[in-house]
Amino acid sequence: MTVPLRIGFIPLVDAAALIVAVDKGFAAAEGLDIELVREVSWSNVRDKLNIGLFDAAHLLAPVAIASSLGLGHVKVPIAAPFNLGINGNAITVSPALHAALMEEIDGDRFDPMVTAKALAKVVAKRRKAGAEPLTFGMTFPFSTHNYQLRFWMAAGGVDPDEDVRLVVLPPPYMVDSLKSGHVDAFCVGAPWNSVAVDLGIGHILHFVSDILVRAAEKVLAVRQVWAEKNPDTVAALVRAAVKAAAFIEDPENRTEAARILAQPERIGVDAEVIQRTLTGRLKISPDGTFRESGRYLLVGREEAGRPDPVQAAWLYAQMVRWGQTTLSPEGVKTAMAVFRSDLYDAALGRRPPEQPPAAFGAFAGPVFDPDNIRGHLEAFEVGRWKA
Amino acid sequence: MSAEQSPKIVIVDESPIRAAILQEGLREAGFTQVVHISEMQSLLARIYAVDPEIILIDLENPSRDVLEAMFQVSRAVKRPIAMFVDQSDSASIQASVEAGVSAYIVDGLKKERIKPILDLCVSRFNAFAKLQEELERTKSQLEDRKVIERAKGILMKVKGLTEDEAYVLLRSTAMREKKKIGEIAQSIITASEMLK
Repeated sequence: MTVPLRIGFIPLVDAAALIVAVDKGFAAAEGLDIELVREVSWSNVRDKLNIGLFDAAHLLAPVAIASSLGLGHVKVPIAAPFNLGINGNAITVSPALHAALMEEIDGDRFDPMVTAKALAKVVAKRRKAGAEPLTFGMTFPFSTHNYQLRFWMAAGGVDPDEDVRLVVLPPPYMVDSLKSGHVDAFCVGAPWNSVAVDLGIGHILHFVSDILVRAAEKVLAVRQVWAEKNPDTVAALVRAAVKAAAFIEDPENRTEAARILAQPERIGVDAEVIQRTLTGRLKISPDGTFRESGRYLLVGREEAGRPDPVQAAWLYAQMVRWGQTTLSPEGVKTAMAVFRSDLYDAALGRRPPEQPPAAFGAFAGPVFDPDNIRGHLEAFEVGRWKA
Repeated sequence: MSAEQSPKIVIVDESPIRAAILQEGLREAGFTQVVHISEMQSLLARIYAVDPEIILIDLENPSRDVLEAMFQVSRAVKRPIAMFVDQSDSASIQASVEAGVSAYIVDGLKKERIKPILDLCVSRFNAFAKLQEELERTKSQLEDRKVIERAKGILMKVKGLTEDEAYVLLRSTAMREKKKIGEIAQSIITASEMLK
């Protein structure tokens, strides 16, 4: 018997495991008949998942946590039995801001501390000249993009709420907004950074893996109640995603995976651009400079698919740091309980790995400890939280 | 209803026709303070300028995510909340999602005042969807007719048939193959272009 499922997604490369699971037959092999529904906003994905129009969804990891905490919206406990992506975002800046940063740069331009300090100088200069503050686009208040931008600039002494403007922009509008000067920079997932570079209107300043070596990005989200009622379906879904992720990560399959993702009803951009993201070799400047990273986007390798509750705690700590919620022991517990490594392990019929997952590798601040978020946050100068 | 009692409503919609249909419906129901925003650039600034009590946005608009930012920092306007926050009326939430409209409401606005507005939106959105469907159907019928005319012409020329005979051949083939007559006509055109 096949189980019919409706799953929502946003056309981004980190929906890869989900799309390939369906289009390459891994889901069907697990007895799942999945209808993928392409959505235009994270709010839609969240709401349709919350009210049961979707059985599962490709969701920003922080949205899954915010939903479980009832932040900014209805409280609907979410379970994430599979991590759809690690890293995958980049910060792109306009040619004008790029030139201004390069003028101030003192050191390696791929070192985020060096660029953050350069940004602080650009911000100070603009203030002195009476210019408008710089505007940065990101995708959602509860998004990795929001936290990654903030983490980066705050390390250089730039207060993201006082010194610059952070605005929410839907990913498909990012490139146009950069072109029109509505924003000076943005942080977004693939393929939009590459699209801006190809159009000659943006420079990729950083891969997010420069800022955090390992950052949970999107999850496969289901309602917790639904997960409890449908344990076999959840397990089948995880197995299909694990197989799809392994398929995508095999270099021999990259071209085929990119072709599947490029279909108009899936991501709908050029397969070659998608392939750049999958291989981690990106054109970073309109002059044709390429940069390669083995950590650009992890779909399944290095246990990327296994949800790591410590990652959830880190995202929760960012919500606290920027004043979206107040620190509480229950809050940490709720956040960590969203990332269901237990469901992942159960689906694969295996024990938890002996080695803990690799750490964040944040370029600034002390090593993150989920048991001492207060102490961790106290180490950062810039923040909106109240002790 | 006097102007003071009528809540300020903003409609965020890129479709001018649907917005007009909605606006008209709201006016008829006595909601006189309705502003339509169709330009998505600097959306928040535009909304702040109006300072509405209710914001209506269609679910196909990616700018819904922009509105979500208002829950975070809301210095300029009174703090809005999403319609979905009130889960007591799941039927009307379901109905509005299916119709494709979402509402954001300033905290403190009474539920009795919102319900008729939302119901009206849902019915107007559904009416608009129906209209759109009819338009699409008419368009494709017109398109079909053009294709059929061309296919008839090809059959007449190649097989020396009269116009009526060509049409009968098209129709009987469509019935036999269980396809639309427009599809058969299209395949004749494609084939004849390939054989040119």
